[in-house]
Amino acid sequence: MRKIVILATLAGAILSAAASAQGAPSRFDFETGGKLLLTRGITEVGGAGGGGITPWAVITGNETDRGIGGTVHYTRLDLPDFTFQSYGAAIGLFDRVEFSYARQEFDTGATGGALGLGNGFTFAQDIWGAKLRVAGDAVYGQDRWMPQIAVGVQYKQNDQGAVIGAVGGDSASGYDLYASATKLYLSQSLLVNVTARLTNANQNGLLGFGGDLGTDHTLQGEVSVGYMISRRLVVGAEYRFMPDNLGFARQDDWYDLFAAYAVNEHLTLTAAWADLGSIATFGEQRGLFLSIQAGF
Amino acid sequence: MITLLAIAASLALTPAAMPTPPGELPVDPYEVSNSNAGAEPLSDPAVFEAFGGIEGIDRIVDDMVERITVDPRLADIFRASDFVRLRRTLKEQFCYLLGGPCDYTGMPMRSSHADHGITTAEFNALVENLQLAMDAEGVPFRMQNRLLALLAPMQRDIVTR
Ligand code: HEM
Repeated sequence: MRKIVILATLAGAILSAAASAQGAPSRFDFETGGKLLLTRGITEVGGAGGGGITPWAVITGNETDRGIGGTVHYTRLDLPDFTFQSYGAAIGLFDRVEFSYARQEFDTGATGGALGLGNGFTFAQDIWGAKLRVAGDAVYGQDRWMPQIAVGVQYKQNDQGAVIGAVGGDSASGYDLYASATKLYLSQSLLVNVTARLTNANQNGLLGFGGDLGTDHTLQGEVSVGYMISRRLVVGAEYRFMPDNLGFARQDDWYDLFAAYAVNEHLTLTAAWADLGSIATFGEQRGLFLSIQAGF
Repeated sequence: MITLLAIAASLALTPAAMPTPPGELPVDPYEVSNSNAGAEPLSDPAVFEAFGGIEGIDRIVDDMVERITVDPRLADIFRASDFVRLRRTLKEQFCYLLGGPCDYTGMPMRSSHADHGITTAEFNALVENLQLAMDAEGVPFRMQNRLLALLAPMQRDIVTR
């Protein structure tokens, strides 16, 4: 609850700052706003502008190449044996660069007791991200095959080093490097993103980085496909391959079916059915994924 | 005398001498060509039909232009515009691009927008007004996107700031 209050306050502050920035000529020659609805994407669980579980090449915020923008998000995924939450903030500069922060919390609830960690034991990590758009234009390049391409990094610091070590994890902190290609196929009303990620994260880093089965970064693919039903509504599916470095618990790929709705230029709501497979020996972890993103 | 008439007749056929249609302001001469429309026309008749043919396109352009003139993000840019000409050339352009039986007689996108210092945000604002006008005409969203797919790359010619 506390988080939601903090988030709502942050969102309010950002929106009122945006409102006062709009129109009024300021000392700084920055504009806010200007992107078409939904083209900033939502916020993926790691904090970057993207789909729900994978970064896209779009830059967060409503800004164009003449301005700055930002978003805050709260995402919750209720699984049979765990509860996953992610919340954070990101800024977009000139539709070119993005900086993001997200905190992820993985509450083991009663399952923690069964695992010998204690009821309500929570793995948590901070994720600092940066993304640079390097080529192409997802929206305007309709006459070209070239997608919009961005490269990014996410540095992750997990709180539970001792437990991670005990289950065979190699490290409590790590980084992912990724490249994303996003393209809108307007004639087909389709949006496609492909991301290649170098990672050694276990369950995205919630169970640490590397393990008894391997410590090296490996290349993993992630795909999102969306069909635009209207200016406000897009439905689609995502798939994210995962490495498998921990001997005690097999790690499955993640996938989801989603619907994202832009209430207006500031607010986007997403509901998805997400399947994370087996987590820490508990299988069939699938459930309702809800995400709210506010931005300017 | 005959030669003079011949010269006059041939002059009348060159673009430079195209007469100013009634109600419009004269413009500097330019070469008239469908390639000025900025994209190749669609060949799928279903799209032209979904737009309601020429009458539908006329209503969409009229509605879009109305919306633009009252949109605070755009009104200033169009303050000095020749709306009679703008409506005519936009109708021709959309009809031509949608595969209708029209020719585009307006200027190329780059030269007609060069002096207006248009930004990407303003480009998108115009697209939003077009979307609202297409909604009002009942054009299905996926058909709207067929037109927008042709207009989107014009951003590179129209946006200069
Ligand atoms: C894909 C988007 C656009 C298309 C297809 C388009 C099309 C046209 C056409 C056909 C003309 C008339 C050319 C002529 O007179 O021969 C025109 C003129 C003009 N356009 Fe655009 N345009 C677009 C975007 C914009 C945007 C975003 C703005 C400003 C925000 C803008 C502002 C103007 C202005 C000010 C004129 C001149 C009108 C006059 O002075 O008579 N256009 N445009």
